[in-house]
Amino acid sequence: MKGVHRLVAGMLAVGLILSGYGCRTHGVKIGGPGGLQYIPVGDFSSLTGDTATFGTSTHNGLALAIEQANAAGGVKNLPIKLYTEDDQSMPDVARTVVTKLITEDHVIAVVGEVASTRSLAAAPICQQYKIPMITPASTNPAVTKKGDYIFRTCFTDDFQAAVMAHFAHDQGYKRVAVFKDIRNDYSIGIAKIFEREFTKLGGTITGEQTYQEGDTDFKAQLNTLKGQNPDAVLIPGYYSEVGTIARQAREIGLNVPLLGCDGWDSPKLIQAAGNALNGCYFSDHYFSKDIKDPAMQKFFADYKAKYGYTPDALAALGFDAGNLLVDALKRAKSLTPSALRDALATTKDFPGITGKITIDANRNARKAAIIMKIVGEKKVLYKVYTPEEIDQ
Amino acid sequence: MRIFIQQLIFGIQLGSLYALIALGYTMVYGVLRLINFAHGDVYMVGAYIGFYACTYWLPFQRLSADPHATIMNIILAVVVLLLSMLLCGALGVVIERFAYRPLRNGLGITDAHFWGFAISLPVAFHFHLFHKLSDGFGEFLFGIVGYLMIGGIVGYALRPVIRWISLRTVLSPSRLNALITAIGVSLLLENGGWLVFGPNPEFIGTMVPERNFKILGGVIINSSQLAILMISLVLMLILRHIVLHTRTGKAMRAISHDIDAAKMMGINTDQVISVTFAIGGALAGAGGMMVGVLTHVQITPLFGLLPGIKAFVAAVIGGPGNIPGAVLGGIIMGVAEAFVGGSSLSTYRDAIAFAILIIILLVRPAGLLGRNAAEKV
Repeated sequence: MKGVHRLVAGMLAVGLILSGYGCRTHGVKIGGPGGLQYIPVGDFSSLTGDTATFGTSTHNGLALAIEQANAAGGVKNLPIKLYTEDDQSMPDVARTVVTKLITEDHVIAVVGEVASTRSLAAAPICQQYKIPMITPASTNPAVTKKGDYIFRTCFTDDFQAAVMAHFAHDQGYKRVAVFKDIRNDYSIGIAKIFEREFTKLGGTITGEQTYQEGDTDFKAQLNTLKGQNPDAVLIPGYYSEVGTIARQAREIGLNVPLLGCDGWDSPKLIQAAGNALNGCYFSDHYFSKDIKDPAMQKFFADYKAKYGYTPDALAALGFDAGNLLVDALKRAKSLTPSALRDALATTKDFPGITGKITIDANRNARKAAIIMKIVGEKKVLYKVYTPEEIDQ
Repeated sequence: MRIFIQQLIFGIQLGSLYALIALGYTMVYGVLRLINFAHGDVYMVGAYIGFYACTYWLPFQRLSADPHATIMNIILAVVVLLLSMLLCGALGVVIERFAYRPLRNGLGITDAHFWGFAISLPVAFHFHLFHKLSDGFGEFLFGIVGYLMIGGIVGYALRPVIRWISLRTVLSPSRLNALITAIGVSLLLENGGWLVFGPNPEFIGTMVPERNFKILGGVIINSSQLAILMISLVLMLILRHIVLHTRTGKAMRAISHDIDAAKMMGINTDQVISVTFAIGGALAGAGGMMVGVLTHVQITPLFGLLPGIKAFVAAVIGGPGNIPGAVLGGIIMGVAEAFVGGSSLSTYRDAIAFAILIIILLVRPAGLLGRNAAEKV
């Protein structure tokens, strides 16, 4: 019996040691009387999960921007400290980690997310605590409507969808079918505006089918779309499904070009699609290796030096969001969330690498979009559309 | 008409996969009256084994014009299929042995080993015993064997504790306990999947060449779909042979009629139940591997959740415990889903599965082929 007790005690001891790994020591945040030792900034990204490449890219871009700002002396002689949280590509986790960033880490600004669904989940919290939130890449129009503390440094879906409608029209497509993700605000929003704009330009929407994030079999819907003989199919979804959809489309003999939006922009897209996406197009943010702009080329070099691979558009957007934040912090009258908000709201012609950023009255940015073409296993710059050309 | 036949073909192909998973549900239900909710997750593990074997473990070559490489890849794909079936069958046996059997027979002295393995798991992780699954098959085996040795030693040391507990617990066999345990195992596999496989979705590239065949007036059949259909069919025929024409199959049928009588007739029921789980796991593993390798969908640790639920519905539609019923239920589910998915109601694709379930249960509570009085395997 004694041996048994000793064993149980030993097991408890092991358990205690193991649980000790969970603890973390908290750094000192507030310095001596009268001030901050550093400027705490929050970052929530989908570092893992369904859209992991999105969050990893924006986070890397943002971290690079903050690092460069700190190397140049920081803001008001204080370094910026970035608190990063992973939301696992889930909206409810996003809500939790943003609350944690604000209430425990006491950040004065939050940067994030790519997916509109997650930004929409986090925005009300930032608005409630009156902490400015900058989304680098959420394009759904509803995000910045959540309140006057929510900003966006990329174009909106309305613009992107209109670009695709113009592009489809310019390519001479008369009949376009739409295949959208019914559970994704981003996908539904683009489909709606595209249909409106494309019809306005004289085109016909032959039909609409839906799928859901996580589906694996799309052949039934694609077969129906094929029966409508479209010239092209718009799939405003994320890379995680688009690759499979493209393969299955080719399998059933639906061989028309597929059109997409910035949700396609991921290194994993080609891996998932094989060569099924050859000759397809998608709209993306104004960022490509083919654009000969010194600031953009410098970003390419810096990013590759730090992370070892070439950045995608989302990385550039994260970088721009970071630089815009640094700029606003410098212009802010004091280092408080409300002063920072006022500085952000008055941003004008900020020279971002993805285009000049002017924050309008609705806290959105107006920027150019590009069309990328997939050729074999490469993505190449095909066309540029400026806001003036679309003229919404 | 073309579209109709095309949708029908997609439906049958999808249905054959549901049937494959449903067979595992229905066989276990037949012998144990237990709904093994972890079954869909075994299917997920099968897909991951396919992913690691194709991407890291076996020397697949990039598809090119070289016919030798193509033939080699096809042979390797068959090896992956068998490996996936083997490992998933083993997983099925392990789940039964350590999660369900103690509930049935009470805590035995050999269950000490289970706790030994459970306790050594965090220790093994701490000392980085497990290599990354992407390192190679040899490393994977090395990690597993090393872990089993540590777990075995710890388990042996735990034997007195288990004996002490087992002498002081009273067994209350209950179907509800087993059901709740099944849900627990399912959650364990899903969340363990996040830990072991990582949360990023994985894709399997093109490993075997694919071709489209045109038949009767423009209907297209893809070689991969054809392969899935054929392999499923062959596996079902093998299963039919095992159940109807072997001693083990006879024992399974006897157990499903009356487990106590079967025990009294000298049938080693525990062993037969293990075999049932092995067969069910192997079928699910084959299904998961085929979906991953041949249709290139994204694989995540929740990959088995929805197919598992739908296959479960298929088993209930056909009549739980009834093998032809599971196949019929699977095909009905697949075809219904294809037709709804192809119509203007494609949003309600998943809802239709459960609508069918409700309607059929209202009309025939025991399922289409099930009998109210005596169920058979």
